[in-house]
Amino acid sequence: MNNLIILPIIIPIIAGLLMVIFKKSIKFQRILSIFAIVSTGAVAVILINQISKDGIQILHLGGWKAPFGVSMVADMFATILILVTSIVAVCCLLFAFQSIGEKREAYYFYPLFLFLITGVNGSFMTGDIFNLFVCFEVMLVSSYVLISLGGTKIQLRASIQYILINVISSFLFLVAIAFLYAMTGTLNFAHLAQRVAEVGQDGLLTTVAILLLIVFSLKAGLFLFYWLPGSYSAPPTAISAIFAALLTKVGIYAIIRTFYLIFYHEPQITHLLIGILAAITMVLGAIGAVAYGDINRILTYNVIVGVGFILAGVATLSVEGITGSLYYLIHDMIVKALIFLLGGTVIHLTGTSKLNEFSGLIRLHPQLGWMFFIAALSLSGIPPLSGFLGKVFITEGTFVTGYFWLGGIGLLTSLMVLYSIMKIFINGFWGYTVLTEETEKGTTKGLMLPIGILTALTIALGLGSEGIQTYVDLATQTLMNPEIYIRAVLGIK
Amino acid sequence: MIDNMETLMSILVGILFAIGTYLLLTKTLLRIILGTSIIGHGVNLLIITMGGLKTGGPPFLGRKETNFTDSLPQALLLTAVVINFATTALFLVLSYRAYKEMGTDDTEQLRGMGDE
Repeated sequence: MNNLIILPIIIPIIAGLLMVIFKKSIKFQRILSIFAIVSTGAVAVILINQISKDGIQILHLGGWKAPFGVSMVADMFATILILVTSIVAVCCLLFAFQSIGEKREAYYFYPLFLFLITGVNGSFMTGDIFNLFVCFEVMLVSSYVLISLGGTKIQLRASIQYILINVISSFLFLVAIAFLYAMTGTLNFAHLAQRVAEVGQDGLLTTVAILLLIVFSLKAGLFLFYWLPGSYSAPPTAISAIFAALLTKVGIYAIIRTFYLIFYHEPQITHLLIGILAAITMVLGAIGAVAYGDINRILTYNVIVGVGFILAGVATLSVEGITGSLYYLIHDMIVKALIFLLGGTVIHLTGTSKLNEFSGLIRLHPQLGWMFFIAALSLSGIPPLSGFLGKVFITEGTFVTGYFWLGGIGLLTSLMVLYSIMKIFINGFWGYTVLTEETEKGTTKGLMLPIGILTALTIALGLGSEGIQTYVDLATQTLMNPEIYIRAVLGIK
Repeated sequence: MIDNMETLMSILVGILFAIGTYLLLTKTLLRIILGTSIIGHGVNLLIITMGGLKTGGPPFLGRKETNFTDSLPQALLLTAVVINFATTALFLVLSYRAYKEMGTDDTEQLRGMGDE
């Protein structure tokens, strides 16, 4: 039992509730939101230390032992993601301070942001599949409001589509849970894994597994991503950056958790399906990224390519593949937030997202230009930046397990990603300087700090990846050996 | 012909899903929302059916009782109902706002090409 585990969930929710009471004082809300997220990150650091010393940390809520109560489980994988979530969230908050606008701040932007983080952290920590559904809903309901906050036409249009897709996927999730409960009689992840291993994964259980895959694919943007480009380009930058960095990753986390802990017995059906979907996702996403001439669209399609690539590593069910996926997942959360913030800053400066309407930004904004360049290289996995290591491991994983086509598509699409981002760089930063300081629509004042932090992080992660190696290895070890997780949760010595 | 309650309920769930899906495929926003609501009812019934339907058993396992009702699906159902309720309310408010803003609730016209 370790009571620290609950903190990443209750700190943001209590802070959010306090903010609703003090709705008039924006300054208080700003300070409290930063404080809440930073302390969540600090808790994650403490937990990571404890896990590397003593193994997986468990909290049985209300003292009800698993599988009877709801357990919170902090394994290395989940806790690393919580730490990265906190870092990204702080940067998006710093960006929001300057750019979100007084109107949105007055209408509960900060509480909603914290409720979103509550849902994300809860999804990472929970050890119970129904609790996962509840945490998903906490996250989704906040995202419904965040996406429509401000009420412009384009936002309303996107939010209706977004809500409808997610409501339906929530229903499918409930259907899958109902079937799972009827077949196994339990909802606890560890207990489910144990029972599925005991009775064997027959056709019916595989069907439920695929139903779960559909649900999580809808959230992650794996193949079923048609709602994503429209919804992620509608809200303001700070919000779309946090969506791009976190929401799809929660779906990916759920896929990894279910298909490495519970349904890993029939990889030639489920994991091959994930591989095929990942390949299609990468190709379609890359085509979209190359085809459009609009910053928002290019960036959202890049989110889709990233999802496909991470799941290509997941599909291999090998140590190399999942190690790569973990490195790439951490990298992707940071660099997607970074590139969205950069793109948002460019749109903020020029007042347009169309690439052919501006050029030559580098003369007035050299820092912005070079950071964009670094982010672009990192996004496509050029060494020594953070994307490289993940890319190497995922490719190695696909080659080791014989999925040559998957690795090949991954490498090919990463070239297309590089092209699509360089297109923004070349068109937007090179060439004639169209705008002068007077005709610019906004300033970069205050926006450079969060961007600088994230750029420094992507360089540091690339150069110092040995520093996090022990932690990633521990996470991989737990994922590849489900019995470690099962024993820890069920308390089997 | 149909000898137990579970089969009957499963058929009912199927019918509710069919009606909901039909409504989802229509063009009017309000009908779509009603469709999600009906599918939601279907899902709730499915959860309660999957727990097994019994009459007369208490929800606890006692020393003498061998016939007990599983109370967990009811707890799940209650949570799902509350979440479904909140989401539907939010969805209705949003669609009303969209109707006010854009003057139509026809999804064909809501797609809007001009100002993108």
